[in-house]
Amino acid sequence: MKGDPLVSIVSAGLSKFGKLEGLYAREIFAEAAKEAFDRCPKLDPKEDVRALFVGHMGESYEHQGHTGATMADWAGLLHIPATRTEAACASSGVALRAGIYAVLSGLCDVVMVGGVEKMTHRTTPEVTEYLAMASDYPFEQWHGITFPGLFALMATAHMHEYGTTERQLAMVAVKNHHHGSLNPKAHMQKEIALENALSSRAIAWPLKLFDCSLITDGASCLILTKPELAKKFTDTPVHIVGSGQASDTIGLYEREVFTSLAAAKLAAKKAYEMADAKPEDIDLAEVHDCFTIAEIIAYEDLGFCNPGEGGKLVESGETKLEGRLPVNTSGGLKAKGHPVGATGTAQAYEMYLQLTGQADRRQVENAETGLTHNVGGSGATATVHIYRRG
Amino acid sequence: MSEQPPLTVEQFYKYILQGKLMGGKCKKCGKVHLPPRPLCDNCFSKELEWTEIPQKGKLLTYTIIHVAPTQFQGMAPYAVGIVQLENWVQIPGMIRGVALEQIKIGMPLTIDFGECVSTQQWPQWPRYYFKPV
Repeated sequence: MKGDPLVSIVSAGLSKFGKLEGLYAREIFAEAAKEAFDRCPKLDPKEDVRALFVGHMGESYEHQGHTGATMADWAGLLHIPATRTEAACASSGVALRAGIYAVLSGLCDVVMVGGVEKMTHRTTPEVTEYLAMASDYPFEQWHGITFPGLFALMATAHMHEYGTTERQLAMVAVKNHHHGSLNPKAHMQKEIALENALSSRAIAWPLKLFDCSLITDGASCLILTKPELAKKFTDTPVHIVGSGQASDTIGLYEREVFTSLAAAKLAAKKAYEMADAKPEDIDLAEVHDCFTIAEIIAYEDLGFCNPGEGGKLVESGETKLEGRLPVNTSGGLKAKGHPVGATGTAQAYEMYLQLTGQADRRQVENAETGLTHNVGGSGATATVHIYRRG
Repeated sequence: MSEQPPLTVEQFYKYILQGKLMGGKCKKCGKVHLPPRPLCDNCFSKELEWTEIPQKGKLLTYTIIHVAPTQFQGMAPYAVGIVQLENWVQIPGMIRGVALEQIKIGMPLTIDFGECVSTQQWPQWPRYYFKPV
């Protein structure tokens, strides 16, 4: 039935996000898993958790592949089926989808989904090179197009077509840094001034340093179960009522438009239909602000405003914590940080905290329905999930 | 019928080295593919042939890369853009021969085969560029 829960989140965990020196990805994932187990005393991890799906983008960072089995072992879940999902920055949005498939199929009553990335021990040029692997090699990377460069191509097009300004882009950063200042797990917990954002050095014009999300270490996870079993584990589950995933050309250059992500629009349409919800029903959202322009495009792709009006929406203040539709209350990828493989389920973690009233200083009052939007690469993958308080 | 080179990225770049911009064309539905593909994504036909692609087009969007991957660091800042060629197919590439601040969306550009060189490591692809008409 439309709007019925697909699965329920009964617990969630998040490591500290930031520069976690001296730690290896598996050790960071264990921290997230521990929080999820501690939050849910009625869960017997070894007995109940029947599979793990974990998002992880790059082997290059730690010279370590085979992430599924490794993370299961370090989470104390040795021997369960463990699968790594990879879809660039949407790796754990896709892990969440995989967990939903597993539970809905009836194969597993309880699964863990999550993600992890350890990045900060590498130099910026190295990380730039590894992140670029999410884009087309023979025509984009080969011609010197970086990852910020791809979103800069979208920003230039959006500014040209709709008159979006560099100031509006900077406003996304200022807002998300404010939210991040209220999140004790965020990588950057300090406010930034609009003028500083505007005068920061160019990375890929028109995108500047403060338009870019952070290179961050971190891990996140969720415990999913069938809705009818949720109350066995917790009195306060959060239900996932809509889930959409879509794909697009790996090369940005092949697309009809550069001002919108078709995969995100398709994923959103599917999720809204499944949830029997409309954009107006959403109380808060975590969107994929890997670059400030991406948040503006997300507003438009998710139907929070008309195409071309994303810049005006951030300017209106409606997407601030105290606004009509708070977006990225966690600080987003911009301030909380963007350990790429961990991001999709980290967004779901924020939604879990908000919809169970545990978001502390950044709590959105009376939040009932939330949405997360996770994008891989320049939009070749997108997942959208809709959540309802249980 | 004479054997034609395979419809691959490798062959696309071999043509670039010869100063030719070539794409694939589906003999069944007529769709032009750039980059070439071994299977038509429109009609699933494998009957494809090489076709010459117009070398002139207009700039759809661009950026100036300041922070570059290791191998491009020495070139930064440099401009890259997406160009729509006269047959409507779109390809990206670096833009040279124009001051960075003179670059504008909509400006006419043409392909610049420049000094196409091949490296010893994989991939042995030359690089094409764009320049003002």
